[in-house]
Amino acid sequence: MQSDLLQAGLYALALFTAAVPLGWYMAKVFTGSITFLAPVERLLMGAAGEHREQGWKAYAASLLLFNAVGFALLFSILMLQHRMPLNPQGFDGLTWHLALNTAISFITNTNWQSYGGETTLSHLSQMMGLTTQNFLSAASGMAVAVAVARGFAARQARYLGNFWSDMTRGTLYILLPGAIMLALLFLALGMPQTLSASVEATTLEGAKQTLSLGPVASQVAIKQLGTNGGGFFNVNSAHPFENPNAITNFLSMLAILVIPVAFTFTYGRLIGDKRQGRALFAAMGILLVAAFTALYAAERFGNPLHAAFSDPAGGNMEGKEVRFGVVNSVLWAVATTAASNGSVNAMHDSLTPLGGMVAMVNMQLGEIIYGGAGVGLTGMLLFVILTVFLAGLMVGRTPEYLGKKIESREVKLAALTLLVTPIGVLVLGAIAIATGHAQTSVQDAGPHGLSELIYVYSSATGNNGSAFAGFTANTPFHNTMLGLAMLLGRFGYIIPILAIAGSLATKTPAAATAGTFPTHGPVFITLLVLTILIVGALTFLPVLALGPIAEHVSLLLGRTF
Amino acid sequence: MTQLRAAIVLSILFTLLTGLVYPLAITGLGQVLLPHQANGSLIKRGETIIGSALVGQHFASDRYFQGRPSVTSAVDPADATKTIDAPYNAANSTGSNLGPSSKALAETMEARAKALGVGPQPADMVTASASGLDPHITPSGAGVQIARIAKARGKPEAEIRALVERHTEGRDLGVLGQLRINVLVLNLALDAATP
Repeated sequence: MQSDLLQAGLYALALFTAAVPLGWYMAKVFTGSITFLAPVERLLMGAAGEHREQGWKAYAASLLLFNAVGFALLFSILMLQHRMPLNPQGFDGLTWHLALNTAISFITNTNWQSYGGETTLSHLSQMMGLTTQNFLSAASGMAVAVAVARGFAARQARYLGNFWSDMTRGTLYILLPGAIMLALLFLALGMPQTLSASVEATTLEGAKQTLSLGPVASQVAIKQLGTNGGGFFNVNSAHPFENPNAITNFLSMLAILVIPVAFTFTYGRLIGDKRQGRALFAAMGILLVAAFTALYAAERFGNPLHAAFSDPAGGNMEGKEVRFGVVNSVLWAVATTAASNGSVNAMHDSLTPLGGMVAMVNMQLGEIIYGGAGVGLTGMLLFVILTVFLAGLMVGRTPEYLGKKIESREVKLAALTLLVTPIGVLVLGAIAIATGHAQTSVQDAGPHGLSELIYVYSSATGNNGSAFAGFTANTPFHNTMLGLAMLLGRFGYIIPILAIAGSLATKTPAAATAGTFPTHGPVFITLLVLTILIVGALTFLPVLALGPIAEHVSLLLGRTF
Repeated sequence: MTQLRAAIVLSILFTLLTGLVYPLAITGLGQVLLPHQANGSLIKRGETIIGSALVGQHFASDRYFQGRPSVTSAVDPADATKTIDAPYNAANSTGSNLGPSSKALAETMEARAKALGVGPQPADMVTASASGLDPHITPSGAGVQIARIAKARGKPEAEIRALVERHTEGRDLGVLGQLRINVLVLNLALDAATP
């Protein structure tokens, strides 16, 4: 217990220590003061040939176009991998629906795994397909956050910046150097990196064991850093080659959250008011600590049904690895669902009901507990707008944020995004049940079956990518519907927040007066956290009651299914 | 149109940079500087590769410490449309994914516990690992097997216990993870000590 809390505390400390300077550095990158790769940057931007400042519509159009081209490229690679080199296992091309799902999944930074890495994908698909989009989808999300910060801070401006330049800078100065450093560290700590597909071993008892290998370290580095999460192997970071020890595990967990956390500080610097960034950091931090506490308690307490044959001192170890133990599995589960990363080092399907529910709630809140690279911050800003609106209603004043009046257009757009998770999770989930596709895909009977469905659709809509993996998602129906959920969960937030930024950019900030409601103090932080929790609870409490809560009650009553 | 051109040009250039140059450069560095890790941390006895120090393997004999339950499977050699149980199949990692209220899970765990002894058994020895390839067990997971090994090898329990203690790895950097034993490494030592 003490050692567990020590490890969690150490993680929080390391995360904070790394995120503060990174936040400063990222602000420098996006304001153009970091130039050590200027020749490469000039070459890329010259080839692109687009340097003009863009208004919010042009910025959004460029992003959509870039993601569409990325989709076409990845979809083609996956469909045609059997005709291309670097396919040592001779895998076939993917089915159309699996290729569709995987391509959407990687351009939206979801990295949902309908595919089983070592049994479906060639090295070329893993490298040129998945690894590339791991960089570019993260860089796209970061560009959005930077454009939004510029819009919020601007004074009577029409432009938010240039998408191509922001995306290129994010990749060259942040993701690529970070991934190289991390990949080399991972390699030294034991992660394989080879172009051969496997090696044959003769075990101590004389049996044959085929060890799947590949260019693992390079992909895992960016999958963590870019809040991507799509694994090289089927079980993702629970695989000993994808996460060999508690040190790689610690570094992975840092990489998962460091950019999203740093973005709160970058934001403060970009808008010229560091207190605003710190307030967002604090609100997200409160939610993160609460999630950890709840999930840890659930897993440490274990499963009362198993107490007669599994020593409760060990906690719930089903679907967990000994080298991580309960606490590192819990920390990871919280970090990965908070950050919309979606990589796993334990099987979430086997978490206790309440533990699994915490992971679900993290995603259902809209991936704003630090969230994905860039998009976590912008998702939080949507809640900030709603909170100042609600606060304005309470005291009867026109709401303001950063001195700018929040008017009906901004509030409507922000309120519109509240529909994204209910549609993606509840409506699409209900369609799956009504058409019978849910029933044929769930693995477990009873309330846990509903939890599997809800988890999977929450993960896709939240662009998370982790799974209750007992659920068979690789069917034409679910591959397509989950693809829709991922698109909705990505662009259903990005486009409205860019529109809001475009509209705020044109306004003139007013000086703060005695009547201004400050958006950086404890009162605002409390209101923001409560707004997030109330919206989340109103939307999802009924379905959570039928899934994880009902399952928890059945455990207490000693019922199995 | 100029936007579409930018999208296509940058997609191609970044595919080359991040999808080809980056992973190949890391592969090159790994193969030159860290070949042991880059190729899977293999353990050899003479010329034979007997496994990876990182990946668990299946032990059925009473003479060896057994690893955690593994639920990996493989394609049935007799019928390609079916799968058969194949514990520690390192070409197809998977966990059970069974939920906490699963009847199948409770029954399986009960059977595993009964095979080990009376009453509750160490959690790691009655639950399936996440990857199906977990190379480690906890000290208590090894403890419940000592009597069986000692009997099978005709050695005093104290000798086996001392061997287990010598092969118990501490926390990484003194803080991270938990105390654990690499089953393959322990069994190799067991063979060397009590042939």
